[in-house]
Amino acid sequence: MDAEREVLDVLARNAREDIDDIAAQTGLDADAVAAAIDALEADNVVHGYQAVVDWDRVDEGKIRAIVEINVELDRETGYEQVADRIAKFPAVDALHLVSGDYDFAVEVLGENMQDVSEFISEQVAPMPAVTQTVTHYIMDTYKDGGIRFEDGDDDDRLSVSP
Amino acid sequence: MRLSDRARDLPESGIRKFFELAEARDDVISLGVGEPDFSAPWAARTAAIDSLERGKTSYTSNRGMAALRERIADHHERYDQSYDPAEEVLVTTGASEAVDLAFRALVDPGDTVAVHEPTYISYGPGIELAGGEQLTVPTRAGDDFALTRESLEAAGAAEADLLVLCYPNNPTGATMTEEEYAEVAAFCRDEDLRVIADEIYSALTYGADHASIATQPGMRERTVVVNGFSKAYAMTGLRLGYALGPAEAIDAMNRIHQYTMLSAPTTPQYAAIEALDRCDEEVTEMVDEYNRRRRLVVSRFNEMGLDTFEPGGAFYAFPDCGGDDEAFAEELLEAQGVAVVPGSVFGEGGEGHLRVSYATSMRELKEATDRIAAFVDGRD
Repeated sequence: MDAEREVLDVLARNAREDIDDIAAQTGLDADAVAAAIDALEADNVVHGYQAVVDWDRVDEGKIRAIVEINVELDRETGYEQVADRIAKFPAVDALHLVSGDYDFAVEVLGENMQDVSEFISEQVAPMPAVTQTVTHYIMDTYKDGGIRFEDGDDDDRLSVSP
Repeated sequence: MRLSDRARDLPESGIRKFFELAEARDDVISLGVGEPDFSAPWAARTAAIDSLERGKTSYTSNRGMAALRERIADHHERYDQSYDPAEEVLVTTGASEAVDLAFRALVDPGDTVAVHEPTYISYGPGIELAGGEQLTVPTRAGDDFALTRESLEAAGAAEADLLVLCYPNNPTGATMTEEEYAEVAAFCRDEDLRVIADEIYSALTYGADHASIATQPGMRERTVVVNGFSKAYAMTGLRLGYALGPAEAIDAMNRIHQYTMLSAPTTPQYAAIEALDRCDEEVTEMVDEYNRRRRLVVSRFNEMGLDTFEPGGAFYAFPDCGGDDEAFAEELLEAQGVAVVPGSVFGEGGEGHLRVSYATSMRELKEATDRIAAFVDGRD
């Protein structure tokens, strides 16, 4: 495995690992880790670092919805152009072109249900290319970013064993 | 009730004391666990459930399901080990049963069995229960706990009838190379020693492929290889292991097995077939994660001044704690709530060392090593 991939595997699990710990885990020296991170960022492999937040546990937290969007394309308007317009809204947390029954899967983050509804009905649905939207409010989150949302420790192994 | 002398004389395992000390507290981070912190791959668990739903709850053949034995034989081609699934493979209830059967099938009362130490704690009692006598061959930190011809000779192992090998090793994490095995194999051929090779950690090696004494010239016919699903596939609680060896040895082991166990449990055999068919990728992911933890732990112990050689396998580091390992482990548990196992529990040559299991999450490993560093600072 090359150095960038090894560093990426560590960061993808925990973006807060410091350079010395990444160096220890990968067997690379600290300078090589720093160079790999620089290269990953410069090449737009790593676009940023964020916390995985359980918004249900935050007072005045946020509500999240997954919105299916269907679009109709024409000579001047391709997926890229539509995506570009949708992605500009700060409420859009993630935007994917997907295979299957609809075109775009959009994750929208809002203050409350009304906030998200208004955003979809007033900003997204009226776009000329958009033919249909279906909004799914997320009721509960059990896992995100590869991390299981749960309390406590489910390690039921014996504390000391041969 | 009156007990047999044999049972009465069997000592309590040294692990037990630390288990009780650790269990008495609820804030302990344990680096004392000898099993994976992962669960068995989902596909293997599903296969087990599916077999139950289909009502597959009968005994299997004494030797284990033919479909499983075939896959085990195929699987071992990766180690250049070639065994006939019909006659040279026996599926057992954990690798522990395979080790016990091997002792009972190969050891006569009064036979001497050479065991390198420090090593896994079950061999001595197994030898004793089979009526044999253990001859201890200490391995040395200077050799990174590999077994050498010199150590065998120095311990008088030429007089032994049998040699037990456990590499990758619990508790040291040591591995053996082909070259190191060549020396030991020559000794076994010269002195006519048979071998029980416990290779339960064969899938967990870092950097170099697993090597086995059974593939050395002239060794296949005098070696029983023990392996299983516990460590590679995180299936410890499903209790499934196996032995590979010459037909006459496997046949003898099976004759004991048919009276004492009848057959290994059926449900895990279905899980194991699926594990061998489809779970290589999960094993690779687990190995990669163990490897990251291994490097972190080894580098942290060396930074805090506890000399630690680079272990090539299993999920243990074996730092030198520079003195009384039992006192160190007890005081560390008391002062910082971190459990490790004193090396002396694993026999001669283990004293002055600690077995540190890195089968725990990176977050806990960091917290535990921070606490150990604080403890070491406080002692200086």
